[in-house]
Amino acid sequence: MVDFLNPSRRGVLKGGAAIGAGLAAPTIFSSQAWAAEYLNKPTGDTVTFGFNVPQTGAYADEGADELRAYQLAVKHLNGEGDGGMLNTMKPLTLQGNGVLGKKVAFTTGDTQTKSDAARASAKRMIEKDGALMITGGSSSGVAIAVQSLCQEAGVIFMAGLTHSNDTTGKDKRRNGFRHFFNAYMSGAALAPVLKEAYGSDRKAYHLTADYTWGWTQEESIKNATEALGWETVEAVRTPLGAGDFSQYITPVLNSGADVLILNHYGKDMVNSLTQAVQFGLRDKQVNGKQFEIVVPLYSRLMAQGAGENVKGIFGSTNWHWSLQDEGSKAFVKSFGAEYGFPPSQAAHTCYVQTLLYADACERAGTFMPCGVVEALEGHEFDGMGNGPTLYRADDHQCFKKVLVVKGNENPTSQFDLLEVVQEVPAEAVTYDASIFGGELGDCNNGV
Amino acid sequence: MDAILLQILNGLDKGGAYALIALGLTLVFGTLGVVNFAHGALFMLGAFCAVTVNQVIGLEQVTLDPNNLTPWGTPVEIREPYIVSWLGDTGHLILDYSVPVSILAAIPIMIVIGFIMERGLIQFFYKRPHAEQILVTFGLAIVLQEIIKTWFGANPLPQSPPTALRSAADIGVLVGFNPGEIVYPYWRLVYFVFSALVIGGVFAFLQLTTFGMVVRAGMADRETVGLLGIDIEKRFTLVFGLAAVVAGLAGVMYTPILPPDYHMGMDFLVLSFVVVVVGGMGSLPGAVAAGFLLGILQSFASMTEVKSILPGIDQIIIYLVAVVILLVRPRGLLGRKGVMEG
Amino acid sequence: MTTPLATARSDLILFGAFTLAVLTMPIWLVPLGAGYPDLMQKFAIYGLFAIGFNILFGLTGYLSFGHAAFLGVGSYTAVWSFKLLGMNPVPALLLAILLSGLFAWVIGFVSLRRTGIYFSILTLAFAQMCYNLAYSVLTPITNGETGLRVLNSDPRALDHLTGQGVVDGPLVSNIFGLEMNGLPGFYFCAVWLLIGMYVSIRIFRSPFGLMLRAIKTNQTRLNYTGISTRPYALTAFVISGMYAGLAGALLCVTDPLAGAERMQWTASGEVVLMTILGGAGTLLGPVIGAGLIKYSENIFSAFHEQTLHDIFGFLPDGVEGVVVSVAGLFVGEGWHLTLGLLFMVIVIFLPGGLTSGVRQLVQMARRSSGGSGRSGGDAGTAPQAAE
Repeated sequence: MVDFLNPSRRGVLKGGAAIGAGLAAPTIFSSQAWAAEYLNKPTGDTVTFGFNVPQTGAYADEGADELRAYQLAVKHLNGEGDGGMLNTMKPLTLQGNGVLGKKVAFTTGDTQTKSDAARASAKRMIEKDGALMITGGSSSGVAIAVQSLCQEAGVIFMAGLTHSNDTTGKDKRRNGFRHFFNAYMSGAALAPVLKEAYGSDRKAYHLTADYTWGWTQEESIKNATEALGWETVEAVRTPLGAGDFSQYITPVLNSGADVLILNHYGKDMVNSLTQAVQFGLRDKQVNGKQFEIVVPLYSRLMAQGAGENVKGIFGSTNWHWSLQDEGSKAFVKSFGAEYGFPPSQAAHTCYVQTLLYADACERAGTFMPCGVVEALEGHEFDGMGNGPTLYRADDHQCFKKVLVVKGNENPTSQFDLLEVVQEVPAEAVTYDASIFGGELGDCNNGV
Repeated sequence: MDAILLQILNGLDKGGAYALIALGLTLVFGTLGVVNFAHGALFMLGAFCAVTVNQVIGLEQVTLDPNNLTPWGTPVEIREPYIVSWLGDTGHLILDYSVPVSILAAIPIMIVIGFIMERGLIQFFYKRPHAEQILVTFGLAIVLQEIIKTWFGANPLPQSPPTALRSAADIGVLVGFNPGEIVYPYWRLVYFVFSALVIGGVFAFLQLTTFGMVVRAGMADRETVGLLGIDIEKRFTLVFGLAAVVAGLAGVMYTPILPPDYHMGMDFLVLSFVVVVVGGMGSLPGAVAAGFLLGILQSFASMTEVKSILPGIDQIIIYLVAVVILLVRPRGLLGRKGVMEG
Repeated sequence: MTTPLATARSDLILFGAFTLAVLTMPIWLVPLGAGYPDLMQKFAIYGLFAIGFNILFGLTGYLSFGHAAFLGVGSYTAVWSFKLLGMNPVPALLLAILLSGLFAWVIGFVSLRRTGIYFSILTLAFAQMCYNLAYSVLTPITNGETGLRVLNSDPRALDHLTGQGVVDGPLVSNIFGLEMNGLPGFYFCAVWLLIGMYVSIRIFRSPFGLMLRAIKTNQTRLNYTGISTRPYALTAFVISGMYAGLAGALLCVTDPLAGAERMQWTASGEVVLMTILGGAGTLLGPVIGAGLIKYSENIFSAFHEQTLHDIFGFLPDGVEGVVVSVAGLFVGEGWHLTLGLLFMVIVIFLPGGLTSGVRQLVQMARRSSGGSGRSGGDAGTAPQAAE
């Protein structure tokens, strides 16, 4: 009875096709053929990608840089420009004539760094523009929200910048993939460097942005540093977008802590770091040691926002344009030639994700999400920056080198703000996929 | 003890900023009867005056080094500020003091912006419903911030305080604490003194000049002043200009504390409205008192000891205090009957 | 003035036309690029939100800056109903209306002790407290930044009772198997929009509605005549809160995720702008305002250089470059600029919002053609000062 009433799971548009066709068969619905084996199967000579990036709000510059990278990737995929990382990517199935013989087209949208707006924008790409793959974003809340939408709708999600353990942990999805590193890997990569620089007898004070990403980072860094023998004096949660952090910084002064760890990102990090330095924390001696500040997640754009305050401050990052491997050099060269400045880590991850998706389609011989998932799971590749990389099948997380960086004391240009201290090998940051829980579930083709 | 003293300092500093922003807002409310949602944008424009001045005096001579290439194949640029190549060490000094220097530029710029806004737009909305004032000034705020975003980008642009004021002062020693116990950044102390001076200046202006007397009379009873044959509208432009200058200066001096970005006005907008309303509509002393009160309470609510009893209290303290005060005192701290009430 | 009978007839015409327009949206929105289910759902849902807001603001003049809180409460209630009871939208909607109504009663009871801007700030304060707490310390209930979602492991008692408990695909709200996404989801929302519109018309024409308007016109005089206005205002507040809760629940019916940003002051501000933009105190205005803002948000932001080049491709090369770079300022990353300019232009040139602008045009046309009498198609109250 119930089965009779409950037809098989349909995608977002299938039901639409039925009633839409009954009404007047508007073009966008009738293009959804009943017989298609997956949602938005491209019928023409193009295939559409959806680039969903923050265009307004605090991460607008990061979003703009992501969009630049995407446009460059599309150019390279379609055989225009100098090819960028297509010259260095190994293994490579793409032929520089689009993907599976179809030219790549794209549609863009504004996530506004809000889950609701990001999902609305992604839905437009899927329902109206026929996008087969959604990518982008600059925060974990958005990434997780859009990833689960893509899972439900039946398209592939290639995450942009998202650093929370949850994205490929408790909120992982079969249709979603993350190239960017995460908070756990930041902790694992940073800890040995911190030990070497600051010793194993330190008292740490955490200021943490009061939302899920902040908490996962606080937990990861705490675990990693406590394993070194560091003591955690206090971990204080600060409201997102607090602006003035002075009321959270003054208690640090006389807390007995000798390291301040700022689990902030974006504007929060720019403000809290600037203000912490103004409070003279870095000139302080506590317990006979020099007081230090650590920013576990760095980006060049944030370093730019914090100005000279970043000098000498340790952190981790996914990628940096000064890397000297062939892949990074090729990418920096074509990005710099196109736009006149080097790419950010967000741009890098977005560019790589696009190429990886396209290559997976080519290898799978289809755009069908389940086929692409299969091609990406357990895929090993090289020549995309970060050395040999594995897309782990168990949680769809990439494992590759993580960079420990330091604010450059003597920058030679306005882009030369971070200095790579160490490239931590993938093995050192690899963890067991089960520690963060979550279920990938089954892949969804949207029909 | 030291923790409490430090939080009082934080509160005074924060309160100074809140009071400065709220002061201009309540001036415009009180005299012009306009709900100005673009007031936050004026604060933001002030901050970007500092950015512009810094960029102008820091204008760099770019020479290309053909022997040295960037990774993407163009010659490396060598940049030197013109002012340094012209004036040498004096140039460095001026660059170093660019934030205080930009006050000189910000005053005329903000007056002009205020005049243009009032003459070009606001004056047509004096007799329109508040709802429409909100819509048009909100629209204006968005337009202004988008223009700034197009020009300067969305990333924060750090502004340094002068080198001499970059670190923290050990003020605890002066009153008998151990060295290093009560330290406070020089620039925040400067900001507090500055805000006190500006607030004092505005009050003196309103108390001691004839112009100020008329404005105060207008705030108290606009109709009667009009009946006395004084053309109050003519003075509105100046009042609006004054409000713009106060907001702009608050923005200029705040840049070393908060690297400015195009959205900072919106971030302060809600807060400044809360401060004004808690202080009482149309009351300048009320706005100042509410600014300091909320600043200090916010600082205390953020203390770990308080948060461990009431988790999340620092997130809502401002609003909680606003609710309590408005319920206990119907017109805020010092508001008068009938202003923006019905 | 129009006679009551004429009003009733014109209301019927208005409602008929509105119904037709809403139900045929999948057809006439296609040429505008907006004929896809998600955006049409948003039109219907935010239209409903704005209609409800208008019952409070348009009629009584009480300007609430905290209605997003009720939207959020409705959303969270709906998702919790999905999680605990099952994916059927009916209990979710009923619970959401009930709970947001209750919530509105509490907040309204306190806030309505004050008037004017003091009232606005009280509602704003309550909503901001809800938002800040939902984002941080209430995460166990709201799932914070990520947003509350329905998981396969949730109890969903009713689903399991009826044997629908085990689902292999994504969890989507459904009525007896008809899934509430895509077009069915839109029509589900559209039905609620029509019900909401009908109720709104009835309220506008009722003695209760008259009383609400009297509050706006002169509350003090009413008080002097011995009428206590607060119960009336509170009822209007609760009704509009229930509309908001319903809208919030519908957002979750079409897409089972409730995020905290829905309660932020910008979301409250958005519904205020929708209502003023369309025309506060008019029946149709808020829906039109909601449509306009959601349209700009979703369509203007989606333009990029490539699409602009396609649009202006017919121009000669040099001109095209200039046109594209100028147009580029207003779309894509610059869509906020367009929105801001839109606000300013409409309020400067069409005082009273879009609908009153249209009415003025109609009147001008009639006057010039020698006709007389005023258009009865609208509610007839020009927006008054909120003072």
